[in-house]
Order: sequence, then structure tokens, then C-alpha cells
Amino acid sequence: MEASAQQEEKPVAVEGGLRTGMINATEMQRLIDVLRKEGYQVLGPLLRDGAIVYDEVEAAGDLPAGWMDEQEGGVYHLKRRDDDALFGFAVGPHSWKRYLFPPMRRLWQAERKGKGKFRVIPEEETPQRRAFLGVRACELAAIAIQDRIFMQGPYVDPVYAARRQNTVIVAVNCGHAAATCFCASMDTGPQVRQGFDLALTEIVDAERHVFLVETGTETGAALLAKLEARPATNDDLAEARRIVERTAESMQRSLDTTDVHDLLLGNLDHPRWDEVADRCLACTNCTMVCPTCFCSTVEDLTDLSGKTAERVQLWDSCFSMQYSYIHGGSVRMSGMARYRQWLTHKLASWIDQFGTSGCVGCGRCITWCPVGIDLTEEVRAIRATAPPAPALEDESEY
Amino acid sequence: MFMTNGQVAARPMTPVVGRIRRRRRETQDTFTLEIELEKKRRFSFAPGQFNMLYVFGVGEVPISISGDPAESDVVRHTTREVGVVTGAMRGLKEGDYLGIRGPFGSAWPVEEAEGRDVVVIAGGIGLAPLRPVLYHLMDHRERYNRVTILYGARTPEDILYKQELGRWSARLDVEVFATVDRATRTWHGNVGVITTLIPRAPFDPKNALAMVCGPEIMMHFCVRELHRRGVTSDRIFVSMERNMQCAIGLCGHCQYGPHFVCKDGPVFRFDQIEEFFSVREF
Repeated sequence: MEASAQQEEKPVAVEGGLRTGMINATEMQRLIDVLRKEGYQVLGPLLRDGAIVYDEVEAAGDLPAGWMDEQEGGVYHLKRRDDDALFGFAVGPHSWKRYLFPPMRRLWQAERKGKGKFRVIPEEETPQRRAFLGVRACELAAIAIQDRIFMQGPYVDPVYAARRQNTVIVAVNCGHAAATCFCASMDTGPQVRQGFDLALTEIVDAERHVFLVETGTETGAALLAKLEARPATNDDLAEARRIVERTAESMQRSLDTTDVHDLLLGNLDHPRWDEVADRCLACTNCTMVCPTCFCSTVEDLTDLSGKTAERVQLWDSCFSMQYSYIHGGSVRMSGMARYRQWLTHKLASWIDQFGTSGCVGCGRCITWCPVGIDLTEEVRAIRATAPPAPALEDESEY
Repeated sequence: MFMTNGQVAARPMTPVVGRIRRRRRETQDTFTLEIELEKKRRFSFAPGQFNMLYVFGVGEVPISISGDPAESDVVRHTTREVGVVTGAMRGLKEGDYLGIRGPFGSAWPVEEAEGRDVVVIAGGIGLAPLRPVLYHLMDHRERYNRVTILYGARTPEDILYKQELGRWSARLDVEVFATVDRATRTWHGNVGVITTLIPRAPFDPKNALAMVCGPEIMMHFCVRELHRRGVTSDRIFVSMERNMQCAIGLCGHCQYGPHFVCKDGPVFRFDQIEEFFSVREF
């Protein structure tokens, strides 16, 4: 009940009600403070183990000021920027999925009561209010896709739904594209368009370090009202849009989505599947870093006395042999079948199931693949060598 | 057809508890459990649907419901021991408890079949998910034209529901044909694969509706024979099996092209899956 009321309070419509303001970079601390004071745990980017990951941010100083990432197939490293941009990188190995659809969670417990008997104890979760700080356009698209999966089918995942409804989103437009980014061709970015409470565009040059703040919801507008902001001018807006346009133009990769559904499902016997399977290690990295991959498995555990049991849910991957196991063996024994499963689901069957591609063009699967397999390259190869579609009518035959 | 109940809708991943009222050995590796739900909960399902059964501390498996859809005080499951969970389930005694979630999935088209010749084709344990259909057909026999049951088992000892098959085959308005892969000395029936029964089964292909359940390879060849006799793919229904863990289309394991077998299946009209059915490892 409470959850649905909250949802109504948070319209996604932006038109008309959109408000803007300009804040200095130093206001980031106030934004974090305001959110924390309102009971939100603020999650944002920070440096850890040589990567930019998402975790709790208590102060603006936790943000990776002056750092950027360099990415390529199988390559990720950080380097210093020549400015102090707070969001001057692309995306790292984490995605926000870990906070809405956690990598591991308990589903329920059971307790033995006498011989042969037991009772099931449902898991009660009171979701923590959370603010996601620094959500990219591709990640907003990924969240929207997982919303469809977990909240808009015949069955709803109650935990996901509760977490989602208690989340405030502060998005960031990208001022830098990694070499692995291809959101522009997937039509998901780099400009954030919807699904945010606040959207920031970072403007950093010799004279100034400021953010354009745009509101997407009433919640966002209330947050902006608590910041020290000056009105945004047309020049500010134009400058912000230029930054994002430049990011789009700098994007080096692209995926041609024209008829990709029929292209892949019509070429299930294409030799390229074998070729890519020779390189694929079936390590599952691509599915773990993917912000839309939603597969999970369950494990049943007991304590040593056998008195209590519990079921936990864990992220799973279609690259494992166990994934398709039914008595007698796995359906997809070969690496070929497993890679084909992943790519045809992501780019084709996903459209049948959820009305959208499962790929948002974030490039994580390329970067974090230990052997640098690049799905844009795989699709291109299949497209280049796919046998032409059979002609519908060939009257010369008659 | 999509059915659910209140418990499933509110907590789709949490089982309720049921008590084994009766346990019956069917064949050397199959057994039937009669389960009553705690607090005398009623249970209704459509033929073809399945439940997730949980053995305390061991695990959970999808098992088709094999009871009579007309009874709601008991849930019946016939299971073959194939792994750790079904092995543990086999060890349960009368009075022991199980976790149950369900019913899940799509149903056999018993209404669409009305007025038609109905051909029920089962291989091995594949008869279990079809038994609710057979109960329904017998209860409403007047609604259907000819009813034919084709059943194949490995050996005569592996024939499931022998008494019921015998009873149905004694009826004048039902034809039962059984075959075994390997005969024993006392077996006087057909020997050979089940597909050999299809060419001579008494049904009118133009008016027939077929429901097929068994190993995928068996269904593959049965569909081929049905096609040969002129039954079109939109009149053939099959029940698919894939790894299933959540049973509500969220865990991904049973994805099959545009479908999730747990939610959009397990029963499919064949033309819904025909495109992929013969693709290896799909």
C-alpha cells in the first residue's frame, strides 16, 4: 500500500514541470547531506581496487575526482584527468543492479518441528531508502528494462519492487565515452531522457566547475530547492547539451540493430558461433557485469544439526553448464550453444519477451571479457557473412 | 491458460507446507505422493500444470500434477527418482511433510479438444502430466469424439498406472494401445517405439487434437508421425521440460526462444515452438 502511494507521488513525466538550476561543484556535499538527512543511504562511484565501483558515499570527497577510465576489449585501467571532474569516467564493473537485484539474498527459512515436520518462515524485508548518485543514461535504460522484467509481468518480484520504489535517482550525463561505449547506437544515451529524479551535467573548464541540474520528478525538484542554485541560462543549457553531443560523437563503437532479431535467430547455424566459442572461456564475466542480465539460481542450505534450512538466491549465468541442466544432462553442453544462447537472448528473444533489446550499449561485457570478445564485432561478423534471406517469390521457376 | 492462487501471487517464491497422506510405489523407480495442504487449504489446478516440491534442507524440483482436477482436498504427484531431490523425496514416509508452491504454467487444451478426436500420446513418466487430462476426458466423455491413448514404456514393468490403463481400455468408448521397447516373456502386446502406434491409431487427422508428453526425442518423432498423418502443428500440443527454479519466469533458466517454459509452457501448441524444436542445444 505504502509502496504504491509513493509511486504515485513520483511521476516520471518531465514535460512542463522540468526545472533547472546551476550549482557549483562544491554543492555536491550539500546534495549528499540533504539526501542522508532525509534517510537515504547514498550510493555512488568511488575508487576501490583500481576500479571505479558503486558503494556508499558519505562525502563528496569519496567521489573519484580527477580520475577517468580507459577501456578496451579485456582492458580496464584508471588514469588521472587534467581536471577535477567528479564524473569524468564512463562505467566500471559494477552496475546499479546489485542494489535492486542483489547478487545474493535469502528467500526464506525453514525450521524443523518434530519428526518429518517443518514450518516455513517468510523473509521480511524493510527496504532501506537509497539514493543512486551518478546513474548514466545507459544505466537508466538498464533499470527500466529490469523494471519490466521484475515488476511488469504476470508475477512481480516483491523485493525488487520494494527496493525500486524506495530509490531516488540522481543521473549524470556523460562527458566522456569509453572506447567500449556504444549507447548512441542502442538509442539509450549518452543524454539521459527519463527515469531520473535529478539529472546532472558536469561542466568543468579553466574558469568553472559547475553542474547543470535538471529535475525529472517532484522529489527531484524538492531536492534542487534545498541546494544553493542559480537559474540556468540558455547558454548554460546549450553548453551542457554540447558536452553530451560531443560525447556521442566521440563514441567509437556501434551496433547496427537493423533487423538484428531476425538476423540472429535466422542464423542459428552460422559458423561464427563456433568461431567465437573457440575464444569464449565461459567464465560468466559478461553476464555478471551486464546491467540487464537477470538470471538467478537458488541454493538450499541447512545447519549442521539439520534443524534449520534456508534458501538463498544468487546471480546465475547462462554460460555455466549447470544452468541448463535437467536430469540426464545439460541442454547446452557446448560453449557454442551457450554463447549463442546469451547473444540471441540479449539482442533478439529479449525483444519478444519484454518489448525491448536486452542491450543498452554500456560496453561492460566487452571490457570485462578476459579475452576481449566484443558483441558488436560478433553481430557485424554474422551480418557480413549471413546467407541472404531467401527470395519470397521467384517467378522464373514457374 | 494462466492460473494462479492467492498464495502464489503474494509470495511467489515461498512454499506452503503439505503432509504426505499416502505414498504409493508405481514402478521400480516411480512413486506417487498424495499430499494434503496444511490448514486444510484447497488446491485447484488445470491439467498440465506443475508444482514446485521442496524436501526439507535438500532442494526443490518442478513436478507435474498427476491427480484428478475435480478433487481439491489432495494434491497428487507421480515422480521418477532421477536426482538428489527426487531421491530424498522417495525416502519420505506417510506423515512426513513437503514444501509446495504452485500451481504454475500452462494447461492442456481440454476445452479446445471438445468435439474432436483426442489422441493422448505418452512416453514413460510422460503419462503423469497427462493423467489429469485422462480423468477429465473420462468424466466428460460425451464432450469428445473418439479418445485414443497411445503409451510407450521401456519394459512391461515400467508401465505406469497399470490398473487405470486397464480400466480405461476396458471401456468401449476409449482405445488404449501400449507398446514396450523391450518385452518380457509374459508380455503379449506391441513391441517397438511408440511412433509405430501412430499410423494405425483410430483418429481422423482432419478433426483430431493430439497431446504429447515424453522425452524430447520421443516427442520429436511423434510429431513427425502426426504430421505424416496430416495432423497440423496447431492441433498438436507438447509439454516441454527445461531447468526450472523460480517457476514464475524470473530466474531465466527455462528460457526457450521467446518463451519461458515455466510461465508460457510447459504445454505449448506445437506451432509456437516449431521453429526451435529441432535446433540442437537451443
